[in-house]
Amino acid sequence: MTLPNGWEMVVGLEVHSELKTATKMFCGCANSFGSEPNTNVCPVCLGLPGSLPVLNQMAVELAMAIGVALHCTIAPSTFHRKNYFYPDMPKDFQISQYDLPINSRGYLDLPDGTQVSVERAHLEEDTGKSTHLGGSGRIHGADHSLVDYNRSGVPLVEIVSGPDIRSSAQARAYASELRGILIATGASDGRMEEGSMRIDANVSVRKAGAPFGTRCEIKNLNSLRSLQRAIDYEALRQTEVLDEGGTIRQETRHWDENRGETSTMRTKEEAEDYRYFREPDLVELDPDQAWQDRVRAALPPMPAARRARLEGLVSDLSDAQRDAIGTVVELDLDHFVIAASEAKADVSVALARSANEIAAGIEHVDKLSVENFVTTVAMEQKGELSATQAKKVLGVLLESGGDPGAIAKSLGFEQLGEGALGELVATCIEENPSEWARYREGDEKLSQFFIGLIMKLTKGQANGKAVIAELQRRK
Amino acid sequence: MSSPLSRDEVAKVAKLARLRITDAELEQFTEQLGQILEHANDMTSLNLAEVEPTGHPFGLINVMREDEVRPSLDRDAVLSQAPDAFEGRFGVPRIMGEAP
Amino acid sequence: MKHAIDIAAAVNAKESSASAELATSLAVIAEKNEAINAFLFVDTDGAKSFAATVDERIAKGEQLPLAGVPVAIKDNLCQTGVPTTCSSKILADWRPPYTATVVERLIAAGAIPVGKTNLDEFAMGSSTETSAFGPTKNPLDLSRVPGGSSGGSAAAVAAEMTPISLGSDTGGSIRQPAALCGLVGIKPTYGLVSRYGLIAFASSLDQVGPFAKTVTDAALVLEVIAGHDPMDSTSLPEPAPSLVAHVNDGVVGKRIALVKELYEGADEEVVASVKNAVAALEAAGATIIELSIPELRLGLSAYYLIAPAEASSNLARYDGVRFGLREEGDDVTEMYEATRTAGFGAEVKRRIMLGTYALSAGYFDAYYGQALKVRTQMIKAFAKAYEQADMLIGATTPTVAFEFGSKTSNPMAMYLSDVFTIPTNLAGDAAVSVPFGTGENNLPIGVQILGPGRSEATLLAAARVLEIADGRA
Repeated sequence: MTLPNGWEMVVGLEVHSELKTATKMFCGCANSFGSEPNTNVCPVCLGLPGSLPVLNQMAVELAMAIGVALHCTIAPSTFHRKNYFYPDMPKDFQISQYDLPINSRGYLDLPDGTQVSVERAHLEEDTGKSTHLGGSGRIHGADHSLVDYNRSGVPLVEIVSGPDIRSSAQARAYASELRGILIATGASDGRMEEGSMRIDANVSVRKAGAPFGTRCEIKNLNSLRSLQRAIDYEALRQTEVLDEGGTIRQETRHWDENRGETSTMRTKEEAEDYRYFREPDLVELDPDQAWQDRVRAALPPMPAARRARLEGLVSDLSDAQRDAIGTVVELDLDHFVIAASEAKADVSVALARSANEIAAGIEHVDKLSVENFVTTVAMEQKGELSATQAKKVLGVLLESGGDPGAIAKSLGFEQLGEGALGELVATCIEENPSEWARYREGDEKLSQFFIGLIMKLTKGQANGKAVIAELQRRK
Repeated sequence: MSSPLSRDEVAKVAKLARLRITDAELEQFTEQLGQILEHANDMTSLNLAEVEPTGHPFGLINVMREDEVRPSLDRDAVLSQAPDAFEGRFGVPRIMGEAP
Repeated sequence: MKHAIDIAAAVNAKESSASAELATSLAVIAEKNEAINAFLFVDTDGAKSFAATVDERIAKGEQLPLAGVPVAIKDNLCQTGVPTTCSSKILADWRPPYTATVVERLIAAGAIPVGKTNLDEFAMGSSTETSAFGPTKNPLDLSRVPGGSSGGSAAAVAAEMTPISLGSDTGGSIRQPAALCGLVGIKPTYGLVSRYGLIAFASSLDQVGPFAKTVTDAALVLEVIAGHDPMDSTSLPEPAPSLVAHVNDGVVGKRIALVKELYEGADEEVVASVKNAVAALEAAGATIIELSIPELRLGLSAYYLIAPAEASSNLARYDGVRFGLREEGDDVTEMYEATRTAGFGAEVKRRIMLGTYALSAGYFDAYYGQALKVRTQMIKAFAKAYEQADMLIGATTPTVAFEFGSKTSNPMAMYLSDVFTIPTNLAGDAAVSVPFGTGENNLPIGVQILGPGRSEATLLAAARVLEIADGRA
């Protein structure tokens, strides 16, 4: 979307990602989604009097991995208390990092070549969850609420970008790339629908080159689509207000997915005074160089590097193939394409089958071995299987596993091997001597006539290229 | 002697701390907190710009635990202490406004 | 009453039993507690069951450092299933689902927790007068306060209800009542004793410590409760020091500094006791010097900003949602306000207000931030003093036990009674109060011996010298 009248949007994102640890940030309760309410709770994460927090080493390590992946400086850091009263906050303060975050001053390169700065990526604890009863089931109009503290104390990293983003599409690309990095580092499962990754967007508008305008913060966007829609709506709303001579109030806004609108949650005047101060129950965190080096060395390749590797395998890369590579990396299917390339199979075919067929059956990907995939691609390449047939074989492999040759046979594809096809072609030539004569004299169009006959006889399971090869051989 | 803090400030602080105070208490707190802050002038007037604030007095760093699951509490025992509980959860009156 | 070390020896030798020692303790409590109000809750059934377990363990041949020793627990330490109130209406009916590390260690060592003792509400006070459940009386003079905030634990031992008890010390809450009740009280080095299960007042200052009639008993209890606890991130990463073995080490060759700022302004009889104590230590072989540490004068101001600031945050969780008192309201904010307004007493509210103010936007740097820097200055000043001396000596309190109501109307006057004890908490160091001499109405006077972090053994040996010189043992 382009803003009217020469307006430019300025966007910064705050991405909250739950960390994939076994236990919570400050206690030994399980960090798991979907348990019965209030079954993963203890004195610490319920904030009972007398309880004390003890930092989870794995949470620190995952936060460092994120920092390394985002090219941040890892520095000595401290924890602070952010004080506010709210029922899902058991201690009525949140343990977070404030002036000394573990990671600061990094950046993220986007696939389109642009770069977004990362101001900080700090550790904090998640809150519990409230359910609102009565009325609409939403917070407004509810009679009372029920609170579950299973999520209370789950470790989070909050990644704050600089105000470098200039379009909703770029915001989406940033969030998507960041999600890929979080998954690749092993820090997060990136499940936005389960709330394990949530985004706040700071949006303002300005005339090109002018100083930044007043910003509004849209809270809790929980899908990439919502993120993009909310930013577009909000930026346009601000330009309309300004074009009519109004001013923007600094405020926090709520995104209504159904109505496609943002609305005021809280103005700056109503903002809480969080009374941040150093958490006296925790000590300084100062990861030494050796620990940082271990984390750096253990870090797997990030999505950008993986995309570059796959792009290097394809000659004359098309836009569609670039997209396919994006999908393959996002779904962590790189090894299929790489194995096909190493086996000298057709990389374009392997890429297409990975980005389409495997992607479609991604929940069963464990059943598909790399060897079977490469074999299937090779069979398609050799003409033993048509494209349609190869897709069907992959479908069966994903559904129930097995041997590609045996599956092809059981589906009745095997007679289309070279011998069987040869016999069919010979029969057709015999039965259609005049067409065959014209073809032999150079009327190439007639190859389609023969392909059509063979397709009819094989119910569409023949490979067109193989039929032509057979006709050529008999010329 | 005028108090270093005003009644309005004290009222604002009470709201932040989720305490209701009567007019008499407002008067009293304004005076008493004022006295304590007056006494603190000996400290607030010092120039300590170059001094680092103290964290742990013995400089402990990097205190962490292994990421190993430990038993959680029994839910019935936890909820038996709650003023209001329903369907395995803690009950609260309606919440006005989203979390900050 | 027998001393803890003698009870443990007798029970270990099967000359007595935990059940018999408990019965003695319960009988004294039954006789005296109504007048003194040291205990808020006597856990008769629980204590009997602990005593039975100890007797079984002894029968099986175990030897336990505190075998069969009844112990009183300040009611800000959690014990599973036992009411834990902090002497506040807001926790009146709360029974924790877990036990504080220090209480677990006492139980493991064979001690018998007999019940929970009165304190100033959330340990905020110096007289137990801010308790929501009535003040504790000083067993030595029922018209006077026992000190605070650990007044109930001090009174329990002074009245011989139990030979030992646990208190907590944030700005003097063990040493001051120990002085006022004629007991030995230790404020251990910050981090030496676990805070897990101690209901926080000011997290960066709080430490749990013992009360006892003798230096040896206090040393014995501290040995049991000290040592690293993985549940407390601020816990020092080392085992408990050996203390009992060193109580008779004496002070020969030790340099002890009499510090002007630690007795100036105290009553004459208190100053006289401190000077007599100095003479006794010199006679026992110590080298005495005199020092002035002007930074200590800033302690009170720094303390009364740091402690309330941390408290305002620590006490936010009393909101009527998960445990404790709830007063209903139309919406959740009204419920919070109704609950906290009804549940907290005036002193707690005053400190929450002060702390909230000190942390709020616009004032943080001037108050809380500055107070943390003063703390740094104080640590440096103490460190410099400890280059010249092994120990410092002064008074524990400016006066002997005062009368009820004499300081309740003026918070600042009450706060000033902690002026000598506060600096140790800010520095995170160790200090001991030991009775030495008496004053007005024959009431005890406490002398305070201070040392750097981890100096408990040295301090207790000096305290033992004074105990002998005072004819107490």
